[in-house]
Amino acid sequence: MLGGPGLESVVDQCISVITNDGRNIVGVLKGFDQATNIILDESHERVYSTKEGVQQLVLGLYIIRGDNISVIGELDEELDTSLNLSELRAHPLKPVIH
Amino acid sequence: MLFFSYFKDLVGREVTVELKNDLAIRGTLHSVDQYLNIKLENTRVVDQEKFPHMLSVRNCFIRGSVVRYVQLPSDGVDIDLLHDATRREARGG
Repeated sequence: MLGGPGLESVVDQCISVITNDGRNIVGVLKGFDQATNIILDESHERVYSTKEGVQQLVLGLYIIRGDNISVIGELDEELDTSLNLSELRAHPLKPVIH
Repeated sequence: MLFFSYFKDLVGREVTVELKNDLAIRGTLHSVDQYLNIKLENTRVVDQEKFPHMLSVRNCFIRGSVVRYVQLPSDGVDIDLLHDATRREARGG
C-alpha cells in the first residue's frame, strides 16, 4: 500500500512505471530521490501493440530520470499473474505533451 | 501553497486525474505533496479497454508535472473558502 509522502512504502516492491514517452516498464524499486529519479532492478519493458500480444523486453538494472516519469503504480502480483499478456491488444500509450 | 493546502483537505475523496498523455485515472486521494504529486488508492483507469496498461495496478503515484486536470466531486469545492484563500494569497504574493 502506498503511504505517506514519497515512495518509501513501495521500495523493494514490484512497480509499473509509465514514462513520458509512453513506455511501460516493470521492475523492483530499489531507490528514489526527491526528483523522483528511480532505480529499478530486474526491469523489463512491456510493449503493447494492436497486432500482437504484449512483448516483454528484459532490461536489467535501470535508473530512470524523474523528469521522464509520469506514473508509478504498485503492481498487484495476484492481478498481474491473472493477466493473459499474450492475448492483450492495445494501442501504445501516447507521449506526454506539456 | 494554496493548492497544496486545498488538496490536503480533499484527502479521502474520489477524484479523477487526467494526465497529459490523455490517460485518466480514477481513485481515492491518498496524499499530495508540495510538488502536487498525487497518490491515489483503489485506482481504475477510466477507459479500461483503451488503456489496459494499468490493469494490475491498484495504487499509484502520479507526478505533478504530468497532470492536466484533477476532476473533483462538485460538493468538494467550498467556493467562498477558495475565494478568500485566493485573495489572501494574492495580497501576500
